[in-house]
Amino acid sequence: MGIRFILMVNKQGQTRLAQYYEYLTLEERRTLEGEIVRKCLARNEQQCSFVEHRTYKIVYRRYASLFFLVGVDNEENELAILEFIHLLVETMDRHFGNVCELDIMFHLEKAHFMLEEMVMNGCIVETSKNNILAPIQLMDKAS
Amino acid sequence: MKEYIIRLVYIEMLGHDASFGYIHAVKMTHDDSLYLKRTGYLAVTLFLNEDHDLIILIVNTIQKDLKSDNYLVVCAALNACCKLINEETIPAVVQQVVDLLGHAKEAVRKKAVMVLHRFFQKSPGSVNHLVSNFPKRLSDNDPGVMGATLFPLYDLITIDVNPYKDLVASFVNILKQVAERRLPKTYDYHQTPAPFIQIKLLKILALLGSGDKKSSEQMYTVIGDIMRKSDTASNIGNAILYECICCISSIQPSPKLLETAADAIANFLKSDSHNLKYMGIDALGRLIQISPDIAEQHQLAVIDCLEDPDDTLKRKTFELLYKMTKSSNVEVIVDRMIDYMISINDNHYKTETASRCVELAEQFAPSNHWFIQTMNKVFQHAGDLVNPKVAHNLMRLIAEGFGEDDDTADSQLRMSAVESYLKIVDEPKLPSAFLQVICWVLGEYGTADGKYSASYISGKLCDVAEAHSSDDTVKAYAVTALMKVYCFEKAAGRKTTLLPECQSLLEELSASHSADLQQRAYEFRAILDLDANAIENIMPLDASCEDIEIDTSLSFLDNYVQKAIEQGAEPYIPENERSGTLNISKIRNHNAYEISTHSLRFEAYEVPKPVVPAKIPSTVTYPTDLVPVTATISEPSYQPSVQPTWPLVPVSDAGSALGSTELKLRLDGVQKKWGKPTYSSGASSSSTSNFELDRNTVNGATKPDTAISKPREPRQSHVEVSEEKQKLAASLFGGTTSRSERKQSGKVSRTTNHGEDKVQSATVTVPITTAAQAQPHPPDLLDLGEPVGYTSSYSSTVDPFKQLEGLLDLSQDVNATAAGTSNGPDLMSLYSDADTNGNSNQNLNPVNGSVNPSKKPALLTKGPSLKDALDKDALVRQMGVNPTGQNPNLFSDLLG
Repeated sequence: MGIRFILMVNKQGQTRLAQYYEYLTLEERRTLEGEIVRKCLARNEQQCSFVEHRTYKIVYRRYASLFFLVGVDNEENELAILEFIHLLVETMDRHFGNVCELDIMFHLEKAHFMLEEMVMNGCIVETSKNNILAPIQLMDKAS
Repeated sequence: MKEYIIRLVYIEMLGHDASFGYIHAVKMTHDDSLYLKRTGYLAVTLFLNEDHDLIILIVNTIQKDLKSDNYLVVCAALNACCKLINEETIPAVVQQVVDLLGHAKEAVRKKAVMVLHRFFQKSPGSVNHLVSNFPKRLSDNDPGVMGATLFPLYDLITIDVNPYKDLVASFVNILKQVAERRLPKTYDYHQTPAPFIQIKLLKILALLGSGDKKSSEQMYTVIGDIMRKSDTASNIGNAILYECICCISSIQPSPKLLETAADAIANFLKSDSHNLKYMGIDALGRLIQISPDIAEQHQLAVIDCLEDPDDTLKRKTFELLYKMTKSSNVEVIVDRMIDYMISINDNHYKTETASRCVELAEQFAPSNHWFIQTMNKVFQHAGDLVNPKVAHNLMRLIAEGFGEDDDTADSQLRMSAVESYLKIVDEPKLPSAFLQVICWVLGEYGTADGKYSASYISGKLCDVAEAHSSDDTVKAYAVTALMKVYCFEKAAGRKTTLLPECQSLLEELSASHSADLQQRAYEFRAILDLDANAIENIMPLDASCEDIEIDTSLSFLDNYVQKAIEQGAEPYIPENERSGTLNISKIRNHNAYEISTHSLRFEAYEVPKPVVPAKIPSTVTYPTDLVPVTATISEPSYQPSVQPTWPLVPVSDAGSALGSTELKLRLDGVQKKWGKPTYSSGASSSSTSNFELDRNTVNGATKPDTAISKPREPRQSHVEVSEEKQKLAASLFGGTTSRSERKQSGKVSRTTNHGEDKVQSATVTVPITTAAQAQPHPPDLLDLGEPVGYTSSYSSTVDPFKQLEGLLDLSQDVNATAAGTSNGPDLMSLYSDADTNGNSNQNLNPVNGSVNPSKKPALLTKGPSLKDALDKDALVRQMGVNPTGQNPNLFSDLLG
């Protein structure tokens, strides 16, 4: 199952969104996030966007103050995941219009809905922005 | 209510327990409003794991929602299914999910496929009859559904390829259509048609084509097309290229494709982007398995990657080196790996690197000498992370040396080992396993050449025992070593007096809590009182390679067994043939066991046992010093009788005999790696005669005469080698240069020059490029993305950097806007971390109110964070450029 978790973390290391595709206890999540964020924040732009951590490979990408971290298992194509992050950001950008950290904070559920449309069970199932956003727009209209 | 639930999600996300509110999330899934319902489902999936007690409450709701007319409700329920349904509840929903595979809405079909995929992963048994649904869905009209179907199919094909061979044609066909842009435009990503589907298809083809010529041939054209079309300027194009290379290296090789793949790899490695280099190294590691030659042309790039400060890249490169190690380059590679091992402090990777070093050294070691040196290093630095077996192999190697033809070399080897250990032994922190090796070697060979006096060696050994008073195993090794040293002295007819510290050590150990240590101490004393002749018999010089003869058929028990049977006992039935007679054989077992322990007692105590997991230590032969008991203390019961007249073997002894033969065999296997003709022949003989054979060869080879000989030469040659190595490592970039050596030596010098040039040029250009990148953007824009209100420390860290750059005016701007946006913090602090919350609110006002001057002292007091802050800020500048460059609209609202 390719993707094991997706995290969005700001520059201070505060988690802004977390989605795990395998169950970890609260305590495990906290330590995992702490370790990974410390590792990733310490890297500079020249270094490559992949970090190995225990059995995970972390692919990360930075947008302004927000880090997107995706933990994958070993067979996954790292570059593709890197582009998946960008696709996610583009999708959010299209929905929120110039997305920023605050958008994700105040519309956490929407960010999650988008993720739910894109990734199920750790697999990337939808990459068409129209298809991802259609249900969310419908729900917005209905409510 | 929704707001509260989302706040609960936040609480959990920040690492605090919110279980008090779970029930409300469950309740919200019943809500009529779609939005609330979906939020409820979302919260539930985030809170609960599939075995939580509340799940049972949700299953009912899910069932109801799966029947809903509104497809969005169905989707929400399916999402929840994907995370919450456990093995027991699968039957409750599985039929509904299967029905939904035929739903009119493609979104529902897609999600239903994924739910089934999840069920299949969870418990293959419960959905096995539904597996045939997946290939059917492959021909779905909607590309999304088709794409989703690839995931379960990939899993199925991983498990068993054969039933899906006939799908090769359709997969190739789909891939071709995707590559020819037959899919709707919306699936394009940066002008690349449906890249994620392409990648998944390539993965599947790689599985299907592996080892199958016919299938592979069907793929060649389409893979070639994709590689030609792919856009090497974009990441996603390269991702597809990389996947193609993986596929090519997995299927039956086609020369033309291999060539294209090699070109693609060359491009990856030439690239400036570390990401691409990383992919290139990985791809190279894959391709090298089928065409080893292609590494040659990339050696410079590989060296660069090895030199790179980036840890990820380095580790990947070591992985590659590990794959391409040969006997010709093993020295440099293992040296490099050890250096790297020393430099990292993550135990997980240290263990991994250490075991790889050991593995390579065992497989490819050019000389025993080098092997010992390497092992020393590994032990010293990775210590207890190394597998204890390795320590035994090392001792065995030192004991047996090169084999029978070369006694001088043997003793040279031993002397160099003694020499190096004497140097190392005083170091304060040595791992236990290594100390054991040291003690053993010093005891066995420390005084062998007469260079070091017995008192010197024994003094060292006493030091070891004292310094590691908490480690019984080390102490046991030390005492045994001491015993040997004194025995050898006495046997040689020299006068010996026990050192005072040795005396006190003995006294201490005689009262030890450990029975093992006590026993050793008493044995030591007893042996010291014997005369020289007896001692020589008990402790012959250099006897470690002799094997104790083990009569595996236990023929000496024949009489006893016979008698027992005559007295009416039941005959022994081997364990695997017996069913209900356990009782009797147990008793017999016990007796037999007692006898055998008795006769072999001496040996059992001779060796500390934690290293080898032997059930019955008495009969296991160790590679360490074994004292031939039978020779000296004649035990009539243990005369090796030639013909086992009684073919039945008591269970326990059969087991232990088996264990010992296994051990023997394994060690022989190791031995074989060293390419000694004698031992390979020994290993090839059958397992029972193995002991005999071993013993003969060893007796022939290393009789006492080897012990006292030539101290000089070995050391010199050793020094020379290590110097040479150092020179090599220092002057060259090591690593791959030895590979070039193998080809032509002229290449070596070129390698170095080029490498140095490259390093220099790199260091020169880096600052320029970063400056250039940072320039065009006003430096403050990135910091605005930050909700400034969070931590005052952050906003204060921003300033000094700008002051350094003389951008004061800009930074004031920043602060102005920062103060503006930070009016929000009251709102945001609701969401912000609890611990920063207090701080930020208090600090916020003074910081925002006063501009630069007041911040500077605040920063100075921060002390250590100053440098971090600067680094971080530099990082911000550089990192932020990337996304905004690619998508200028992103975050543009923040740029003001």
